[in-house]
Amino acid sequence: MEPVILSCADLSARQINAALAALPDGACARVLEPRGRHNLAVGLSNRVRIDIEGNAGYYIGGLGQGPDVVVSGFVGWSVGENLLAGSVRVKGNASECAGASSHGGTIVIEGDASSRAGISLKGGTILVGGNVGHMSGFMAQAGVMLIGGDAGDALGDSLYEAVIYVAGKIASLGSDARVEELTDADVRAVKALAELGGFDHVQPENVTRVASARGLYNFDALKDQKY
Amino acid sequence: MPEEREPRMCGIIGLHLKNPSLRPRLGELLTQMLEAMTTRGPDSAGIAVYADHHPAPAGNELGNEQSQEQELRYSLRSDELIDWDLLAKRIAAETGHDVRVEPLAADSAVVGSAAGEASFLAAVHRIAPHVSVPGYGRAMVVVKDVGAPAAICARYGIPGWGGYQGIGHTRMATESAVTTAHSHPFAPAADLALVHNGSFSNYATIRRQLARKGTHCDTDNDSEVAARLIASRMAEGADLEDGLRTVLKEMDGFFTLLVTTRTQFAVVRDSFACKPAVIAETADYVAMASEYHALAGLPGVTDARVFEPMPEEIHLWSR
Repeated sequence: MEPVILSCADLSARQINAALAALPDGACARVLEPRGRHNLAVGLSNRVRIDIEGNAGYYIGGLGQGPDVVVSGFVGWSVGENLLAGSVRVKGNASECAGASSHGGTIVIEGDASSRAGISLKGGTILVGGNVGHMSGFMAQAGVMLIGGDAGDALGDSLYEAVIYVAGKIASLGSDARVEELTDADVRAVKALAELGGFDHVQPENVTRVASARGLYNFDALKDQKY
Repeated sequence: MPEEREPRMCGIIGLHLKNPSLRPRLGELLTQMLEAMTTRGPDSAGIAVYADHHPAPAGNELGNEQSQEQELRYSLRSDELIDWDLLAKRIAAETGHDVRVEPLAADSAVVGSAAGEASFLAAVHRIAPHVSVPGYGRAMVVVKDVGAPAAICARYGIPGWGGYQGIGHTRMATESAVTTAHSHPFAPAADLALVHNGSFSNYATIRRQLARKGTHCDTDNDSEVAARLIASRMAEGADLEDGLRTVLKEMDGFFTLLVTTRTQFAVVRDSFACKPAVIAETADYVAMASEYHALAGLPGVTDARVFEPMPEEIHLWSR
């Protein structure tokens, strides 16, 4: 089927999203000249393929429950925020809060993601080929992150049950995050994640597993004897 | 173009050209970048533009190169109707140095003088207290005003300006009043300009510390304090990078700062980096903005390296 072509030069984000939402399952669409436009391909639940051809703005592909979105460029804040299912792939770098609160689906950043990637992750999968900035994985509750490069300061601060794999260096761990032993199951999982992301540079047996020490799960009334 | 966007707090933009062939287009590019940031700051705007060549008019005694190097160009703005030529004559008489006037708009002019900044600024203050000096330097001209960014750029003819770098700001005021004096850029020393997105929290403390050392602010604006702090460090011999490190160390708050000197263009963000910033770099230029869509019209930007500056890191380019 020929892709539907929508240009940001002629249409508002609202018009583009309405046109995308009207597509039947299996359809393809090309969104041209995004020029940093915010809120593209947001809130869609149909099984469609959407190519955003250029650098885009905030919240790209957010709230999705079905589409596969590919951005051939940079994205602004909160790409794939609250994603439920489907995928968002960014071929360039991403700004802050990539995949914030995502419940499901897969977000792939081929370049670097900035700070707070995967903040409050609730079950989604976030794969970053390059580096992530500070406070990534903050309060992540469920789901998994694979970071192909280095992680910034305070990685996994206040982690719940999400797991973070890092192929490169970790600047520092956040409160209650700890490095755990890599099991065979982890290596198999990382191998599958690296294949899903298309990350040839990640060696599954050499990644670092970061998870919660669960020390903050319960309030400790006697901690430091201050109460 | 149809679009719906909610307003956000202040927009900043900047462009540092590496390829000289783009210089004639600097004002045009800065104008479109600033217009794109209108949604982030519709109440006032300002711009600082740096250019190399300011040939003195024929017959002017400042024609030789040495005099031009000594000459500083002052961006002046008057809140009342003013005869710029008469003001120039009176400043010349008071300082003993020739003064030449390039009108910008009815209320604004760029005035060149080799009198030295202390002597010139004192003369302006004495002769015409209603005239403010948004900025001065050998290369830099500063204009700022209240109103929509597009209207301000059109009024000063900025799309026609050439130059090698410029920064701009669209303001949504939070910490102080909406007036021309409170709008950015803040340019408290020769060829130094600062634009800020965010808010400082301990600026009153820093302002008192500066005041004790003899550095006073013109306004109660938080961003001016950061500009004065950098200027005071640089007056003590620090370079721009040191000055920005002082801001990181001393000043508390949220900030993305874009600061320029005659030769440098620098971006710095606070440790939380929760005020946005995006940089696009090509072989021809470095461009920075609060949001990417301000960069979207730049030539060749689709092939640029687009990235976000890291917190507490000083990203600096020199010419």
